[in-house]
Amino acid sequence: MNESAELRKTPLNEVHRAAGAKMVDFGGWDMPVQYETGPREEHMRVREAAGLFDIDHMGRLEISGPHAVEFLQRVQTWDISLLKPGRAHYSMILNDSGGILDDIFVYHRTDSWLVVVNASNAPKDTLWLKSHASGLDVSIKDLRAETCMAALQGPAARAVLQALGPKEDLESIGYHHVVERTFAGARVTLCTTGYTGEPGYEILMPAQGCEKFWNAILEAGAPRRLIPCGLAARDSLRAEACLPLYGNEIDETTDPLSAGLVRAAVRLEGHDFIGRRALAALALSPLPRVLVGFEMKEPGVPRHGYSIASGGRVVGKVTTGLFSPSTGKYVGMGYVETGLAGVDTEVSIVIRDAHKAAQVVERPFYTSPHWR
Amino acid sequence: MEFKVDQKVRYSKTHEWVRVEGGEAVIGISDYAQNKLSDVVFVELPPAGKELKAGAACLVIESVKAAEEVFAPVSGSVVGRNEALEKSPELVNSDPFGQGWLVRVKLAVPAEIDSLMDAAAYTSYLSTL
Repeated sequence: MNESAELRKTPLNEVHRAAGAKMVDFGGWDMPVQYETGPREEHMRVREAAGLFDIDHMGRLEISGPHAVEFLQRVQTWDISLLKPGRAHYSMILNDSGGILDDIFVYHRTDSWLVVVNASNAPKDTLWLKSHASGLDVSIKDLRAETCMAALQGPAARAVLQALGPKEDLESIGYHHVVERTFAGARVTLCTTGYTGEPGYEILMPAQGCEKFWNAILEAGAPRRLIPCGLAARDSLRAEACLPLYGNEIDETTDPLSAGLVRAAVRLEGHDFIGRRALAALALSPLPRVLVGFEMKEPGVPRHGYSIASGGRVVGKVTTGLFSPSTGKYVGMGYVETGLAGVDTEVSIVIRDAHKAAQVVERPFYTSPHWR
Repeated sequence: MEFKVDQKVRYSKTHEWVRVEGGEAVIGISDYAQNKLSDVVFVELPPAGKELKAGAACLVIESVKAAEEVFAPVSGSVVGRNEALEKSPELVNSDPFGQGWLVRVKLAVPAEIDSLMDAAAYTSYLSTL
């Protein structure tokens, strides 16, 4: 098709096509949504063994210079004075009114900071960050051209990588760290982070030769049942773990308090960031709506945008819904009026004009037994 | 990609199949259709007794991607539902012409079958897509 010519491609595009992936337009990127294996099997493979994802569409910026810390403290919500070299943390970029411009990961490398942002937000974020760098001696460098990014996730991820670099120490790397290691002749940045709810790695490798490296991982992982996985599995995995998706759970009209993400992403004390004052003010009064998890009591698939009702009245909106392969349940997340957010509260999801019974439940829907 | 085409059923352009058994017909979706849908996670079947009208939406199949309507290839009243799909909707993927059948109807207008494609016609139709 002609329109696909305008889509952006990752350096692994041909590899996916050759492997029989179904490709879709994902925010302007031509990405594999699934391989021939299918989303359900890909999902389960990550829970039970390991999966390899092309996440090269993710934005990644290197922040360096004498004022890098001062700059980051201004533009994102985590107090990075707490973040030692080699450590990583979830964070957010807020606007002045506390609305979420993006959710990000900040990695403290030896001489610089790595900020990984959502693909769809990368252009907006870059402009925003540059506009708030004035007067500071800081460099904001886009690493996309020179690197390729993949995620190796699942309980077998470490053994797979170890097979590629038998001499490299992986055992001692804790969760939410960033290190440099060599595998199959390639010097890579290894981040013990992910978006699946399983232990694993996000890997920045040199763009040159990345196809070879991708195939080397698959080959090393085959005995451990590693398969390549598409965006559909990535979405169901993150949804079961209740990790927010920008555009679903969070956007500029939502804030970290209502999304329940303050503890995960924000330090209100310690540094003065854009949006902090607005958040502090919001925290003083009751929130009109908050994000909850729910489980269907009647079978049906809740989907993004469906109404949540109570007593025949619309009380909220579904942000994400799915059949959860790991639990066998139909589950979802959504914003509801705060009075209806308590666990066990009965609500209904409006599916094609029918009100289907659901119940507010604890999040996440699934917790991996593989964390050590 | 090669798709299975059951030689003994008739097909609609919207990829439903019909297998006539006496005055009744079993309805399902083709291998091509299940592949396009991706993994099926829920099937909303019509109640027994419901009158289906050829060409009109008669049930919904939910995949990991989206909710898709299935169009009745023939008219008739529902006399059987594949209840196994409630626990195992993935049968639509794994065995679309067999255990993944959807509903059984009592044919209202048996002649409607003649307007559907046979396996050879459907195979060449697939090659145009």
